[in-house]
Amino acid sequence: MKKEALSDRRKFILNMARGVGYAAIGGFLWSAYLDDAKASPLILRPPAAIKEEDFLKTCIKCGLCVEACPYDTLMLAKPGDHRPIGTPYFIPRDIPCYMCEDIPCVPVCPSGALDESSVTVNGHLDINTADMGLAVIDENSCIAFWGIQCDACYRACPILGQAITVEYSKNERTGKHAFLKPVVHADACTGCGMCEHACVTEKPAIFILPREVAMGKAGSHYIKGWDKKDESRLKDAHAIHTTTNVSKRKAVDKLNSGLEGLLDE
Amino acid sequence: MSKLWNNYRYLILRRFTQIGILILFFGANAWGWKILEGNLSSSELFGIVPMSDPYAVLQMVAAGAVVASDLLIGVAVVALFYFLIGGRAFCSWVCPINMVTDSANYLRRVFDIDRAQITKQPITRNVRYWILGISLIVSAFMGIAAFEFVSPISMMHRGLVFGMGFGWAAIGMIFLFDLFVLKNGWCGHICPLGGFYSLLGKFSFIRVHHLEENCTLCMKCKVVCPEKQVLHMIGKESLPVLSGECTNCARCIEVCDDDALRFSIRDFIQNKKMGE
Repeated sequence: MKKEALSDRRKFILNMARGVGYAAIGGFLWSAYLDDAKASPLILRPPAAIKEEDFLKTCIKCGLCVEACPYDTLMLAKPGDHRPIGTPYFIPRDIPCYMCEDIPCVPVCPSGALDESSVTVNGHLDINTADMGLAVIDENSCIAFWGIQCDACYRACPILGQAITVEYSKNERTGKHAFLKPVVHADACTGCGMCEHACVTEKPAIFILPREVAMGKAGSHYIKGWDKKDESRLKDAHAIHTTTNVSKRKAVDKLNSGLEGLLDE
Repeated sequence: MSKLWNNYRYLILRRFTQIGILILFFGANAWGWKILEGNLSSSELFGIVPMSDPYAVLQMVAAGAVVASDLLIGVAVVALFYFLIGGRAFCSWVCPINMVTDSANYLRRVFDIDRAQITKQPITRNVRYWILGISLIVSAFMGIAAFEFVSPISMMHRGLVFGMGFGWAAIGMIFLFDLFVLKNGWCGHICPLGGFYSLLGKFSFIRVHHLEENCTLCMKCKVVCPEKQVLHMIGKESLPVLSGECTNCARCIEVCDDDALRFSIRDFIQNKKMGE
């Protein structure tokens, strides 16, 4: 049977369908690549960077922050850096953030990916409120925890005495020496990385991680009874009672009644 | 000497602007010059005039970003320039990839690859508009400016200003693709930024005009033109090149020995008469 020639309308529809098909394949591959490119959680962003998810939406990859940085701290991710291409980041072990008072990298950002208001206190820029990450100490490789005297990170910290303090304790092994152990305080640490840069160990024993990565979360159901402010969260609290077959009766009855109750069920 | 200038004046001017812009951007990063800071995604002229890539910002909007006013002003500056004046001039006068694809195109002619691949081009030039559309859809779904993450244009330009990384690989791919696979493959078929400027520059004022009475049908213009479909009127009618896909590179003007092509300001009234 001879087939009829395709009408122009049918040809057009078929060609459009093919186009849409190709477009869908391309779109899926593209999305898969982007999903992979987005999924790198260990990136340190410039000060005042907004939430990573919004940052990736908002950053236009112009490099103005990189040019504004007087210490060449910031870099734009290149292909092969395993970071979202074109976005600014820094590696504190190489060059940390020196926490300039005027934060030159932030106001130049044209897109709002670096949010000036997040580091502004009472109308003035305050780099101490920046949050690039959080210093984490590996106590196993920190030689201060071995008893060897080292306060390199403590001395390097721009918010000395607040972000890192030194804790004294007796060295029971020798009986006559003290441990001088560095302690990081998460509420003050800006994640500038000066400590990581200064650390004397082969691979730094103190290092910066993005805050979401470095911190745990206890959950809102733990309440510090010794903290007035925290305990005030209990004011409007009410109990939730769950009644099951087992909990219908009092616990004491349960114990007195042997195993019948349990075996019945 | 004057013949050399006559045959290559626009090419020399184009390379001069392309390389000049790169040097200014590079100088801003390396030596702190204040003339042109940033890169092609977003920049500042003399620290005052903002300029931003309208297509990149369009993707950001599709991704759901709240766009800052600085960026919108920059977009307006760039978009108005190409809408009113340059058309797709970005592609041939600014974009650094143009030097890569032009050299691939030149080598094609030198090695006669054009004649070896005489068959019909395997893909349509409309692919760029499809990619333009998909990029916005993918941006919306993935929440990031989709093309900016894979764009070899930004990669190359950023690479020259800030350091290359494996960006060379992307540029090498485009070079080889244009040289061996598809004539004018990247700029003429694939690049969604070119597609974007084709749409934006449809009504711009600077146009190449064709004078049919001077034309001797040598077709040199069609050999060098990277978007030769826009030169459909050659030897037939005295029409200006009205397609937005013309990049205003002016190679056709230079290679024409008969003065049948020239730049001029678009005249809407006259065009209408000639068009009908």
